[in-house]
Amino acid sequence: MFDSLSSRLTKTFTGLRSRGRINPVDIEETCEEIRIALLEADVADSVVTLLVEKVRTRSLEQISLDKKGINPGQQIISIVHEELVAILGGSARRLRFAKTAPTVIMLAGLQGSGKTTLAGKLAAYLKSEGNTPLLVACDLQRPNAVDQLQVVGSSVGVPIFAPEPGNGVGDPVKVAKAGIEFAKQKVHNFVIVDTAGRLGVDKELMEQAKNIRDAISPNEVLFVVDAMIGQDAVNTAQAFLDGVGFDGIVLTKMDGDARGGAALSIASVTNRPVMFLSTGEKSNEFEPFHPDRMANRILGMGDVATLAEQAKKALDGDSAQKLEEKFISGEKFTFDDFLEQLQAMKKMGSMSKILGMLPGAQSAAMKKQIAAIDENELIRAEAIIHSMTPNERQEPKIINGSRRARIARGSGTEVFHVNNVLDRFSAAQKAMKQMRNQPGLGGAANLPGMPPVSGISGMPAAKVAPPPKRSKSGNPAKRALEGR
Amino acid sequence: MALFSFSGITSLISKLRREPEANANVDWNEIEQQLINSDLGPKLSVELVELLKKNSNASLEESLLELLGKDRDRDLVKNQNPNPNVILIVGVNGVGKTTTVGKLAHYLVAAGNKVVIGAADTFRAAATGQVSTWAINAGATLVSGKDGADPAAIAFDAVAKGFEIGADFVLIDTAGRLHTKAGLMDELSKIRRVIEKRTSVGEVLLVIDGTTGQNGLAQAQIFAQTVGVTGVVVTKLDGSAKGGIAFAIERDFGAPIKFVGTGEAISDLAPFEAAAFVAALISS
Repeated sequence: MFDSLSSRLTKTFTGLRSRGRINPVDIEETCEEIRIALLEADVADSVVTLLVEKVRTRSLEQISLDKKGINPGQQIISIVHEELVAILGGSARRLRFAKTAPTVIMLAGLQGSGKTTLAGKLAAYLKSEGNTPLLVACDLQRPNAVDQLQVVGSSVGVPIFAPEPGNGVGDPVKVAKAGIEFAKQKVHNFVIVDTAGRLGVDKELMEQAKNIRDAISPNEVLFVVDAMIGQDAVNTAQAFLDGVGFDGIVLTKMDGDARGGAALSIASVTNRPVMFLSTGEKSNEFEPFHPDRMANRILGMGDVATLAEQAKKALDGDSAQKLEEKFISGEKFTFDDFLEQLQAMKKMGSMSKILGMLPGAQSAAMKKQIAAIDENELIRAEAIIHSMTPNERQEPKIINGSRRARIARGSGTEVFHVNNVLDRFSAAQKAMKQMRNQPGLGGAANLPGMPPVSGISGMPAAKVAPPPKRSKSGNPAKRALEGR
Repeated sequence: MALFSFSGITSLISKLRREPEANANVDWNEIEQQLINSDLGPKLSVELVELLKKNSNASLEESLLELLGKDRDRDLVKNQNPNPNVILIVGVNGVGKTTTVGKLAHYLVAAGNKVVIGAADTFRAAATGQVSTWAINAGATLVSGKDGADPAAIAFDAVAKGFEIGADFVLIDTAGRLHTKAGLMDELSKIRRVIEKRTSVGEVLLVIDGTTGQNGLAQAQIFAQTVGVTGVVVTKLDGSAKGGIAFAIERDFGAPIKFVGTGEAISDLAPFEAAAFVAALISS
């Protein structure tokens, strides 16, 4: 199987990074590697050629300048990064709002690209931002598409406008129009219009999409596309651009292992920005797209910004502050705190997803670590803590052999699982103490509940691990330096 | 229809066949590009071009057909015993599994078979409704459960129903799942194990979206590992995509392409024809 785009490029760049000086031959080799990596990631041929050409020209310019003190490998990486960001749409763009409500969003795309699922997610997202969206069922083609939208809508608590049963019955243009009127009457400030899947080459259905668009003049037409799509992405995107026109792109099924080259192809060919990513089957697995973060991900530089955002969301203000106060006051770290941490981690998503966003996550060693992660570990740890008495949670020292056996029975685990959690807890406790002794390091960002993954720099857990260094130098100046 | 148009390099290649000395003037890069554009992937495309350079007597079409195994058995498993043939339909989300189940049921019923459909996609909202509409239109018997029910139990019930009414085929529609989700893949192997308590699973058809890129290989690998894929159905070939990834899958994993889906109507499913597929692959 192919390496992922990022791991492939990471491999190429690792060589470059360490070099002090590179020559045109190095650049040629790198460009060829980039070309193959992009092709294997399903980036369209024409786009690959264009991108590689730009990178080559700019890299050659750079090395001819021969600036001292700047690592040329690093420079090429930043050139690739810049070009990727430029193709992916420069800066992130947000939804445009209508001057007078409702703001109308129309979804269009191939069959099976995930429009209906996305409609629900988009509705949930808008609702969470304090809006009052309405879903309009205009896919009257696919059997039971209307039912699906109804189920999706009610699961996220967003009303549906579906006057026609679908399954080939009803006129989608009329439904769309009536949907907007309905939204105005009921004062919804957003309308999301779900349409039937259609092929780019299907003239009749493209005409229909255009008629829907003309009837409702949407503020945003979003082109929904499966991240796994291949070279045909450019043809299809062009057909939709010509047929109905669109303002932004949504990439779905990003939780798979597709390399998402389609994002590059479509954005480059149509000059429209990617606006959202859909990353799972649950209604909250949806995120706004950030070109620079995506470029980081592609280059294997990690996506720390998203990680930090999710951590902030998961550790709600209260518990983070409580924990910080505990630090400062020197109060004891108990199993109750530990449990809170575990629950916050769970809110952030699966462990492998979190770790996948860290720099270097694409390296082979790290990937192996991530693959070996037992996602049930958090759930198990939670069950174990729940099986402890309040007293045991406050005073873990009293947990002796028979108590351990009882806790294992109560949580449906084995004694070694309980031991494992106890070990991890005392490690976290120790880490807390150490952090308290290191001024400036306190803060809830260092999640002590994180299972230790050794040998990876930049890991929050790694920050906790090293014991405070004691100065060994007899030289007072040196000692002062070490103390910093 | 795109599937049957001959043009572009096909003519270039036939020229090559007539005049072997034209070999020197052939733009191999262009051919390689064309193959890459059909989603065969850079590795396989380069390999094919190398092969073609060596064997200039054969046309590109012939070479591709050769590689695809033109004499491969592409029929559905034969019904040799009185038990119903169980066909498990699997694939990632949105490739057209449910639609394929409906069309396949229609195809089999039209050929005089008695067909049971097991609606084992209990996850996606309203999937059961979708497959029941298909079952009615195809004239097949539907076995379904509530949303969120255990898909393996429904599959088992469907097989039992097949025995009860003496069906020739039992088609099991499963929920779409990304091959990277280990938990969902385990569920799939459980469905297979549970069916096998009653009878053997004759066929596991992996449905591949014709627009899929190189990720199709990863899909095929994991699905083959988990439930053992015996055949491939390529869908959405009525669009502008060529479905070259199915070629790569058949070549890498030996699972023959058995059907192609070419539209949304119930009759838009046809047994795979290698020659037409290959011709479409290399037409521009």
